Amino acid sequence: MNQALPKLTVKDYASDQEVRWCPGCGDYAILKTIQKLMPSFEQPKENQVFISGIGCSSRFPYYMNTFGFHTIHGRAPAIATGVKLANPELDVWVITGDGDGFSIGGNHMLHVLRRNVDLQILLFNNEIYGLTKGQYSPTSQTGTRSPSSPTGSIDLPLSPCEVALGSGGTFIARTIDTEAKHLSAVVTRGHDHRGASFIEILQNCPIYNDGIFDQVKDKKIAADFKVELVHGEPVVFGKEREQGIRLNHDTLKLELVDATNEDVLVHDETNKILATMLATMKGPDFPVAVGVIYREDKSSYVDDSQQQLISVRAAKGSMQELLHSGHIWDVE
Amino acid sequence: MPSPGLSQFLNRFDASGSLRGYVLLMELAEENLDEHHLDEKEVVDVVVRFAGDSGDGMQLTGTNFTEATALYGNDLSTFPDFPAEIRAPIGATFGVSAFQIYFGAEDVTTAGDALDVLVAMNPAALTTNIGNLVEGGLLIVDSGAFTAKNLSKAKYQVNPLEDGSLEKFRVLEIDITKQVLAAVEQFNLGHKAGVRSKNMWTLGLVLWLFDRDRAGTIESLKTKFASKPEIASANIAALNAGHAYGETAELPAGIHVYKIPKAKVAPGTYRNMTGTNALAWGLIAGSELANIDLLFASYPITPASNLLHELVRHREFNINTFQAEDEIAAVCAAIGASFAGSLGVTSSAGPGIALKAEGIALACATELPLVVVNTQRGGPSTGLPTKTEQSDLNMALYGRHGDTPMPVIASSTPVDCFDVAIEAVRLATKYMTPVMLLSDGYLANAAEPWKIPNMSEFERFPVEHYTKTEDFKPSIRNQQTLARVWAKPGTAGLEHRIGGIERSFDTGDISYDPANHQKMTDLRQAKIASIANDIPLQEACLGNDSGKLAVVGWGSTFGAIHQAVKRARAEGLEVSHIHVRYLSPLPRNLGELLKSFDSILVPEMNTGQFVNLIRAEYLIDAQALNKVAGQPFKIGEILAAIHANLADVGSNS
Repeated sequence: MNQALPKLTVKDYASDQEVRWCPGCGDYAILKTIQKLMPSFEQPKENQVFISGIGCSSRFPYYMNTFGFHTIHGRAPAIATGVKLANPELDVWVITGDGDGFSIGGNHMLHVLRRNVDLQILLFNNEIYGLTKGQYSPTSQTGTRSPSSPTGSIDLPLSPCEVALGSGGTFIARTIDTEAKHLSAVVTRGHDHRGASFIEILQNCPIYNDGIFDQVKDKKIAADFKVELVHGEPVVFGKEREQGIRLNHDTLKLELVDATNEDVLVHDETNKILATMLATMKGPDFPVAVGVIYREDKSSYVDDSQQQLISVRAAKGSMQELLHSGHIWDVE
Repeated sequence: MPSPGLSQFLNRFDASGSLRGYVLLMELAEENLDEHHLDEKEVVDVVVRFAGDSGDGMQLTGTNFTEATALYGNDLSTFPDFPAEIRAPIGATFGVSAFQIYFGAEDVTTAGDALDVLVAMNPAALTTNIGNLVEGGLLIVDSGAFTAKNLSKAKYQVNPLEDGSLEKFRVLEIDITKQVLAAVEQFNLGHKAGVRSKNMWTLGLVLWLFDRDRAGTIESLKTKFASKPEIASANIAALNAGHAYGETAELPAGIHVYKIPKAKVAPGTYRNMTGTNALAWGLIAGSELANIDLLFASYPITPASNLLHELVRHREFNINTFQAEDEIAAVCAAIGASFAGSLGVTSSAGPGIALKAEGIALACATELPLVVVNTQRGGPSTGLPTKTEQSDLNMALYGRHGDTPMPVIASSTPVDCFDVAIEAVRLATKYMTPVMLLSDGYLANAAEPWKIPNMSEFERFPVEHYTKTEDFKPSIRNQQTLARVWAKPGTAGLEHRIGGIERSFDTGDISYDPANHQKMTDLRQAKIASIANDIPLQEACLGNDSGKLAVVGWGSTFGAIHQAVKRARAEGLEVSHIHVRYLSPLPRNLGELLKSFDSILVPEMNTGQFVNLIRAEYLIDAQALNKVAGQPFKIGEILAAIHANLADVGSNS
């Protein structure tokens, strides 16, 4: 593509479809942020593809004026892998939720991360099944009261970023639906990453799980309940950035210390052990980590597949030759 | 007290637990068993079965014998029959691996009914196969393997080589182990490695028996063991020693070289082909004829995995392969590839196809091309993974949620898999629809000679992706085929969304409108039904288009039905063979054709799935002949049913 691309704006990315999420849904904020962000990638719009499974979040592609495929429950990573294998030039995004991505589609999530297929995977985590009217999900806190758990859920929840790390993911980040600036920055880094970028977006469901992330979203208190990770910067937080986190070398556990403590961790997003500890942190004892938790460079599946194709196609196949290969004989 | 239904069912069994109808057929079939006596020096056709431990190399022996036989000029058909266990304990009956070949001077379309020659490398191979050897047939046994331990593993109380129980056969008892060790002594391989050439020694003997050339086998051994020349030399020495044994040893009376006249086959260049390879190459050819890239996404499952193994070796064509994490991911990746403008193909056996059902329905709803290959095996559940069956027809026709029509086609012979694969690609891309291609475990592994086609004689059907941006909507369709446009990502101006939610007929956008859903459901039905106008009219492939009896089959029963009908016609019976390749939609004249026969007989390796379709579709009193034994029909079984059917008709009239 040598010709100059027309300058695209947020309007170019809004489809003509009426957005049908509930009023106040965190998905609106994410949609707007992504639509605003897309022109910054300076790519031909026709090369951008959004693929989703089933659930509230998975309606997302209908509202993006790009190529889009609203598929079946949990399978977006597999379909996206096929799209990318068929045409590696495409910029492929997967939109999924906590139920879609980690319950019914858990297996595909594991393998798409392990293979490091070059995709951006946005996981909208609202810790609830919204579209089926409010049942607890695999990320719901134990004790969640819902139509399918009126006396409180007894499932132990999983942490998406921890699972992604365990699956061999090469880019793991967490951000928040309404934090447009942070969301944009994290997604941009994910987009720049060659391989599978896994981005968990904490997303509020105002109908079935309202306020579940208030501690990290409420401007008045959020500074005390979340820590923004920046590569090479000290891991400190609080209204006055007065608290820090260090690794206790005796217990091999993280602990809170004064921000001035000389042992305060400096975030190294390439350190998988620390990344795992940081991803695991949660209230009330620890702040929730947001930002790029982990990143590493590894070859991506589609690149490797293309590489093999180039090598095996050094001599193009001929059907007539194939038909006559091996033992053949003539009958007069 | 059993319910009436249960007692009726139990009544069909005799005291020994066999199904009565089946026993009757088998008894009738017995009458045909004595037609292949090996007592003339020149015989018309022969069935040979090599049987041994899974580690004895019987498949390699069979393949090499097949090559030599094809080069000799006989027509042939083969049937590898191996156990599900990869390395079963040595000497166990469930570890017996066998390779059967039927070859002769006339057209051969099955692997044969009864055996004329049985090679049994151990007692387990003997006990599991001797029941199929004709009286007077030749039995070659490795007496060295008839040790007390092996006999006990095969549950023999006394050695069958000593108790007279094999008297009705001609037995060639050789201590092959001892012979082989002597033949390879010069290579100093040691006992264990030396004994492994037993199969080649045996092959040498059987090649001598049927006057076949050893050169092809010698060449293939040199290639196979190129990096281990001493192993190649030992195997060749064993092969030659087996051959020399036949030439020089004093064999029992009546055992000598048999000459099978060459078959009269059409001139041309030939090769041997298994169903799996024919299917794989057909997919490659289809992608070339459609001028489109192909992504084959699959998950390992017996007996379908070899298709993936074959295709991954041919990525020098515009095909790529993807071993997915599961069956669902495989079909989904294929659908993703189709969305992106390639042709997605996925493959499995019954249990895997069941898992793919939701994905197939997505391809139907979004009108994307997709080829789904089902190499059927014995079911339900894990069933009989290495054995053959045709019991997934109902699943292919109906096994999806919603009103989800899709074309279903089936291959009839190993080499027919090539043409059927091309046809599946044509239908999928022309009509923007998933297509189900039914093969089975028998077709996948069986092999037959193939007159190599000339690719330039195939009609091309190049795919045209949509590029016109003016008034573009994803719902635009070809007025003739009703196929939706194929607008692939990467095409400027065609950005659009598709999905599984019902789409507006007019715009392709989400629509919950009641009238629209009716229209779209009708449209999907009509689109698939219209394919009936794009497929050949049904004809009888043997016999007249009307008469007393038509034997109607689909899939791999073709060979057995063909031979049975041929024999019945030779007896002067008014029988035709109708083979149906297109199972959905059915050929538009099929009902009319069937109604021109007094009686219809439908042999199937299931409990009657196609016969029910015919009865429902055409209100014809078609009769079923069912076999679900994990083994293909024998010619004699079908011939017996033809006789029984015509006798019934006769007595009724």
